[in-house]
Amino acid sequence: MSTATVNPEFALALETYKPVLGFEVHVELSTDSKMFCGCPTDFGAAPNTHVCPTCVGLPGSLPVVNEAAVEATIKIGLALNCEIASWCRFARKNYFYPDMPKDYQISQYDEPLCSNGYLDVDVVDSAGEHHTVRVEIERVHMEEDTGKLLHTGGDTGRIQGADYSLVDYNRAGVPLIEIVTKTIEGTGDLAPEVGKAYVTQLRELVRSLGVSDVRMEQGSLRCDANVSLMRKDATEWGTRTETKNVNSLRSVERAIRSEIIRQASVLDAGGKIVQETRHFQETTGDTTSGREKSDAEDYRYFPEPDLIPIAADPQWVEQLRAELPEAPGLRIARLQQEWALTDFEMASIVNSDALDLVVATVEAGADHATARKWWLGELTRIANNDGVALDTLAITPAQVARVGALVDEGALNDKLAREVIEGVLAGEGDPDEVVAARGLAVVSDDGPLIAAIDEAIEANPDVVAKITGGKPQAAGVIVGSVMKATRGQADAAKVRTLLFTKLGVSE
Amino acid sequence: MNATTDSMHLTRRTASELAAAMAAGEVSAREVTDEHLARIDSVDEQIHAFLHVDHEGARAQADAVDAKRAAGQTLGPLAGVPVALKDVFTQKGIPTTAGSRILEGWRPPYDSTIVTRLRDADCVILGKTNMDEFAMGSSTEHSGYGPTRNPWDTDRIPGGSGGGSAAAVAAFEAPLAIGTDTGGSIRQPASVTGTVGVKPTYGGVSRYGLIALASSLDQAGPCARTVLDTAYLHAALAGHDPKDSTSLDLAVPDVVGAAKRADVRGLRIGLVKQLSGEGYQAGVSQRFDEAVQILRELGAEPVEVSCPNFEYALAAYYLILPSEASSNLARFDGMRFGIRVGDDGNANVEEVMSRTRAAGFGDEVKRRIMLGTYALSSGYYDAYYGQAQKVRTLIARDFDAAFNEVDVLVSPTAPTTAFKIGEKLDDPLAMYLNDVATIPVNLAGNAAMSLPIGLAPEDGLPVGLQIMAPSMADDRLYNVGAALEAALTDRWGHLLIEEAPAL
Repeated sequence: MSTATVNPEFALALETYKPVLGFEVHVELSTDSKMFCGCPTDFGAAPNTHVCPTCVGLPGSLPVVNEAAVEATIKIGLALNCEIASWCRFARKNYFYPDMPKDYQISQYDEPLCSNGYLDVDVVDSAGEHHTVRVEIERVHMEEDTGKLLHTGGDTGRIQGADYSLVDYNRAGVPLIEIVTKTIEGTGDLAPEVGKAYVTQLRELVRSLGVSDVRMEQGSLRCDANVSLMRKDATEWGTRTETKNVNSLRSVERAIRSEIIRQASVLDAGGKIVQETRHFQETTGDTTSGREKSDAEDYRYFPEPDLIPIAADPQWVEQLRAELPEAPGLRIARLQQEWALTDFEMASIVNSDALDLVVATVEAGADHATARKWWLGELTRIANNDGVALDTLAITPAQVARVGALVDEGALNDKLAREVIEGVLAGEGDPDEVVAARGLAVVSDDGPLIAAIDEAIEANPDVVAKITGGKPQAAGVIVGSVMKATRGQADAAKVRTLLFTKLGVSE
Repeated sequence: MNATTDSMHLTRRTASELAAAMAAGEVSAREVTDEHLARIDSVDEQIHAFLHVDHEGARAQADAVDAKRAAGQTLGPLAGVPVALKDVFTQKGIPTTAGSRILEGWRPPYDSTIVTRLRDADCVILGKTNMDEFAMGSSTEHSGYGPTRNPWDTDRIPGGSGGGSAAAVAAFEAPLAIGTDTGGSIRQPASVTGTVGVKPTYGGVSRYGLIALASSLDQAGPCARTVLDTAYLHAALAGHDPKDSTSLDLAVPDVVGAAKRADVRGLRIGLVKQLSGEGYQAGVSQRFDEAVQILRELGAEPVEVSCPNFEYALAAYYLILPSEASSNLARFDGMRFGIRVGDDGNANVEEVMSRTRAAGFGDEVKRRIMLGTYALSSGYYDAYYGQAQKVRTLIARDFDAAFNEVDVLVSPTAPTTAFKIGEKLDDPLAMYLNDVATIPVNLAGNAAMSLPIGLAPEDGLPVGLQIMAPSMADDRLYNVGAALEAALTDRWGHLLIEEAPAL
């Protein structure tokens, strides 16, 4: 089933126009301190408590570069196959806004730290075919984040209609890495999928470097999508719009699709596309008009005089290159092959943010099927229920491996295993400790089992008659009764076997 | 000796003399501070050197020094010496205005590194001195709080932007002061008030807590009545600061040793052709020539040098400075500190920012912000800021070439003596010309000093000579300056400042 048949407007647009894309992705680094001062960067602190003269822009304050942020940027650049500048500077981007303490942002202008790279993105079309799209990277540069505005009093939380606004500078100065693609042409009707795949795989890549939490819902990964259309016979690009507020991977896809449809209908009606910033609306899937971007605002860039140039030691860069982890795309492909999984199965693991956990569980001794079963099953259920990320659950891959091993040994069944997991999460200790403390071992001693079976046989003569009369499936009732009597601690299969043996009937 | 004579006596002494007297137990730090506070209370209404006098804080600092000494601690060479601080430096809890109404009432929550170093040296900070608003000016007339008056003639300007610091020292309200020099704002006031002032090598003294005017030009520096005092203060301030990425991580030159050496025999002294002649007041040129002759008699070899690109220095400076200033002053938007004007519940944030800046900034500041915004704007950057930076490189090369030939360069510090208050206010360009001799050093980033070399015959007002040294060779300033000062003091029988009229 192709996208085209699902969305006729989209298919129609693609008959006349070629979409042209571009992405600006901002990554908030998880360094201990801010880009230009020593304030902490953790999310969620009380307002204006992680601030100092420098990140609040007090008169007389000065910036000092965070070396860890420079290192993280170089790593991102190297992972994206970029050239690392031997010498570059910071620049001031000047504009007035209350969330910007200095009323200029320290960024990089014509001398980015990393440039001219690429990311080979794996895109799957509606027919399940894989395509590799090389997304070229224009630049990766460093800048500082702004504070956060809270508009109070209006209905929507937006500035329109608000009585007043509050500003929290905790986030001001947090290191922000901007990754800008070159123009992406030739994606045709796969444009939305290419966009989603690019952001997904870029996110995976950055995550694998350990430099950011890259959580779109928390704002540590932000995506702006640029879209324009050109007629199929045209030689020049059309006017582009920039869509912001794209807060999830799925929104990337939806936003691109909706913007293509919108622009096509404007052009079809003889209108012109306004070069502007648009906002993606989660609820409707549409984009709405934001600020008009008439000829890029003049930021009066000039080299930052309070900082000296960055000249990364080439030996250091090479060392960082050597230390880069395996590229996620390659790792995923390798594991998928090793585990003989389908694309769908592999995607499920990756999209649940479970891959590292599954791999670690395998490394702790489990087989991959068991590891997947528990992480994608019960543990994902619990994480979603509690509204937390999978990797924040209070259970380690080694403990999950142990639970799996206990089940394999027959010491636990699935039901008991779930109780053990519950106990571990509750802080009652390792799996074996929980088993002992809660008395959760499978009853394997035949004695009590046989006694329970005898009782059930006596209580259900008509069921027994059915079993011996050629309907072995009726045994379920007896087994169920025994399980109940043993508080679920019997191995159901064993009970069944014992029952049939007793009745002298084959299973 | 009665109390009055004693008090005049203490405030007439140099920092070195005061420090020695305190170390010897002849006088307490508290007495020294009290006498200076009394002097301020007595004369500052006429001079208006101070914007804020910290009576309580100064006394407490002095008492603390006395307590340390009583406890047997060995203290540094400036312990207990009072210092006046240009109001451009943040001092925790003390009003800091940068001479502007936009910061009226602001008390910073943190100390500048300068303040930290003064405290480490056990100096006593008496208060904050007046200045042209955000250090933009050459006369202190652009202060948002009224002008400072030259102690030599209270109808005249004390120079700028650091007129308050220079006047405080010249009026014996403090033996030492700290200034900042972006285009001559320490040196030119020193020149017109008959005192000594130094702009250290750029990066030699921390800018952390120095309210920025032009980041690539600003430098904090010492002011005093003698070269040796200036050296002690320089040594206390200078040195690497990790909080200032532009501060140099190099050993501080031995400025005190150089000031004590005062030996110019065999030194080659370059006379900058472009910084003389037409445009220089006759009496200024005369005293300058006499001073050069003295240096020759002391064993130095004066040589004429040409720095042809100095001709473009003023133009380059008045492009670079406003550009950087327009960006540095953007933060004064009424949102986080300082005054906020027009937030009546009906105005949006851009309107409140505009109203605040319109009300809080003076004309000269607005003028330069507009110039700078224009110079940096799209389409003009290459022609203005970009070109000016290239000129800067050429000027640095002129200095390099000159210093290949000579050990130091000299020139008059300023083209004229102190002009009358109000005389140049209507003509900004005429005002800018005051800096023509001092600006090249700020552009190249090397070091320079101004010291008094006499009174101009036509008006009886102080004339200053400027010594320029290569970057990180600040000690040469003190060596040459001390030698010249000793010879002149010998000739006059006293320091020039002793001839200033009684207030």
